Amino acid sequence: MLRFVVRRLLLLVPILLGLSILVFCWIRALPGSPAESLLGERATPESIRQIRQQYGLDRPIYVQYWRYVKTTAGGDLGTSIASRRTVKSEIGRRFPATIELALAAMLFAVVVGLPLGFFAAKHHGGAFDQLSLVLSLIGISMPIFFLALILKYAFSVRLGWLPTVGRQDVLLDVGHPTGFYLLDGLLEGNMVAFWDAIKHLMLPAIALGSIPLAIVARITRAAVLDVQNEDYVRTARAKGLSPLVVDNRHVLRNALLPVSTIVGLQVGLLLSGAVLTETVFAFPGMGSWLQEAIFNRDYPVLQGGILFVAIVVVLVNLLVDISYGLINPRIRLAGR
Amino acid sequence: MSHRRKVLTSLGVLAVALTATGLGLAGGDKQSAKDTLVFGAAADPTLLDPSLVSDGESFRITDQIFEGLTRLRPGTLQVEPGLATSWKASKDAKTFTFTLRKGVKFHDGTPFDGKAACYNFDRWYNFPGPLQSDAASYYYNTVFVGFRKPATKDTPGPKEALYKSCRAIGTSQIVIRLNRSFGPFVGVIGLDSFTMQSPTALKKYGADKGRLDGEGVFHSEGTYGTEHPTGTGAYKLKSWEVGNRLVLERNDAYWGKKAFLKTVIFRPISNNAARLQALQTGEIQGYDLVEPQDIATIKKSSKLKILSRPAFNVGYVTINQKVKPFDNVLVRQAVAYGLDRPGVVKSFYAGRGAVASQFMPPSLLGYAKDVTKYSYDPAKAKQLLQKAGVTLPLKVDFWYPTDISRPYMPDPARNFQAFAASLNKSGFEVVPHSAPWRPDYVGRVNAGTAGALNLIGWTGDYGDPDNFIGTFFRTEQTQWGFKNPAIFNLLNKALAEPNPAKRTQLYQQANRLIMKFLPGVPYVHTSPALAFQKNVVGYKPSPVSLEPFAIVQIK
Repeated sequence: MLRFVVRRLLLLVPILLGLSILVFCWIRALPGSPAESLLGERATPESIRQIRQQYGLDRPIYVQYWRYVKTTAGGDLGTSIASRRTVKSEIGRRFPATIELALAAMLFAVVVGLPLGFFAAKHHGGAFDQLSLVLSLIGISMPIFFLALILKYAFSVRLGWLPTVGRQDVLLDVGHPTGFYLLDGLLEGNMVAFWDAIKHLMLPAIALGSIPLAIVARITRAAVLDVQNEDYVRTARAKGLSPLVVDNRHVLRNALLPVSTIVGLQVGLLLSGAVLTETVFAFPGMGSWLQEAIFNRDYPVLQGGILFVAIVVVLVNLLVDISYGLINPRIRLAGR
Repeated sequence: MSHRRKVLTSLGVLAVALTATGLGLAGGDKQSAKDTLVFGAAADPTLLDPSLVSDGESFRITDQIFEGLTRLRPGTLQVEPGLATSWKASKDAKTFTFTLRKGVKFHDGTPFDGKAACYNFDRWYNFPGPLQSDAASYYYNTVFVGFRKPATKDTPGPKEALYKSCRAIGTSQIVIRLNRSFGPFVGVIGLDSFTMQSPTALKKYGADKGRLDGEGVFHSEGTYGTEHPTGTGAYKLKSWEVGNRLVLERNDAYWGKKAFLKTVIFRPISNNAARLQALQTGEIQGYDLVEPQDIATIKKSSKLKILSRPAFNVGYVTINQKVKPFDNVLVRQAVAYGLDRPGVVKSFYAGRGAVASQFMPPSLLGYAKDVTKYSYDPAKAKQLLQKAGVTLPLKVDFWYPTDISRPYMPDPARNFQAFAASLNKSGFEVVPHSAPWRPDYVGRVNAGTAGALNLIGWTGDYGDPDNFIGTFFRTEQTQWGFKNPAIFNLLNKALAEPNPAKRTQLYQQANRLIMKFLPGVPYVHTSPALAFQKNVVGYKPSPVSLEPFAIVQIK
């Protein structure tokens, strides 16, 4: 197991190196530069030259890349050209928001998707199965931002039940020691703030969780259909175990295996979906930050932010692989 | 069966919980207390040191914390006393004597006096290298030009600088000397970037301290601009959580009339639709930069209202005279007659635009009502082209930006299509070109590589005609590709004139000359919209977006 983990972690090095070259070249291939974005109509050829010089953008690309690698290796991700805040401090502020949102979305997807898939399988071919299929198709095919707008219009503007923007009511005076607002509410013993953070999470989490929900539901359904025809399930039934025990102990547990893999693989999808969701809900996370950075041609933010997200995705996938082994002891990671 | 019952029970509980959640949230229509206003900003400010920013969202906040020697009367371009109660300019507009307001203190208790005022002027002049770039001190660069110790050979130094010295006479008078005549000086130093900051706080919290990294980027090591901005204004900073909120609280020791609201909170919401929805739900009580298409929705609501900011912009078509035959005035006149300006303004500005007759808005001194006017007349355009001896149709490369909405150009593509159609009827054959606004379109326009014609515009920074026609036409620029000493000289003379009446005449003369020479075709001035809850009163939209929250109340 340890060898497997170390090998996977070592693999991170070439992945990140390759990715850094890709991102570095990609953002420089985009037309224009941060100078024009910063100054808008006021950008004169001299001021553009001055800013390019200040940020070293006038040097050959390999020189720029080498400097970037050197500073990044030293733990310095640079400073945002647009906001002038360090990339590290911005990640520190925004990453907890995105993680909180992604976890909430995943929780929503699993809590709703698992039973949906399970019952669809149990009523294979019936009305419930058909309904869940339709719901899954809608979940997968509806663009996140469109769903987000509909949810906001219905639950916030029309019904006034939930807030439309941000992570917390700005009238609440509450500290944020960890940056995870739910946790902060609990740590500070402020249940009003905790509940308020939940309210702010609900709609973005539903919007972001819609695609994973559909996928979880479909995979669960397929897995349950597979497992319930296995010999050991038939044996369990023949032994006279109650249907509930058979389902819980034998069907669901074994069906969870592919589902857990899918859940892990959704992390990348969730992070990319967060770009749209966070923008629509003015949710101050990594997604909305990177989106603004693309418009601003904010090179340090894009380089640092994307690299960071890549590390997260790779690490989560590693965790998924490890958990795979834990859920199913038959799989020996060490032997791989 | 028992299993099914369990499931049904669980679903029932879930449904009840969700309903309860909904009901529990039904009171979510937030109405903040009458002494707190939440304003939806398009972004977080960059920094709260007004001398080191140039973006509107930073100024929106610093304008509440800091005050200048002069200021604009709310909602107008009229200069009035600020921290200076009176002033006197020398005849050559090179020496300005200001009498300072007595008994004023900065938020940290430091007295505002001649020494403090001069400290600010000297600070700007002595900015260290990294702060000398346009990205940091744009407005200082624009107005004062040079630094005492230029960081690079390209940076202007003391010889080019407008600023020469500041001397305090006693505690309540300062004399500022300039290296050359500068008529609009008194108005210009009312700009946010030149407001007065506490010398004690600037030093204590390391406003100019920092280090250069390997990339040559300046890293501020101080906390002045993020945690301790210290001015004399009606509000002071209470807290700033980037991405969440910035809280200002009333300065109860303010020298003038105290602010009505105890707290003003700025909440960053970059998405336009999200700002509108937050206003509809009551999460914010006002926001700026309302999209034209949202105005009807807001007007329909019984709880919301629209306020108009007086026009302080101009949308125009550049004509690049480096491209032949546009160096011929007859061809440029043909363009002016061939553009259906009234049609475009009527169709695409939701009633918020007025057809422009010159390159600056009517609210500025020097606006001339009697400039040469060009109505839409395709037949006349064709005649002029024939007179110029060109073969019809005349092919013309016409550029417009994509991915952008500006106050003077909400939908550039639609403007372009209408203009192209009207030019095609007027003896031209338009060849369309487009580029994304950010970041390459503007660069092309400025470099003169965006065809013979292009769509662009300008929103003013401060209330002086030099900020419009001076910026465009006082010197030779690649965007326009012409050299006209008569216009250059007249605008330089107007800039050096301290007497407002004489300046008015000179700028009127310049506007007449410009519209005869026709370097481009101005077509629209627009009034941007702000939206508020109806119970918010006293907000006075300013042409230059300097709007004091101190006079705002919630009824």
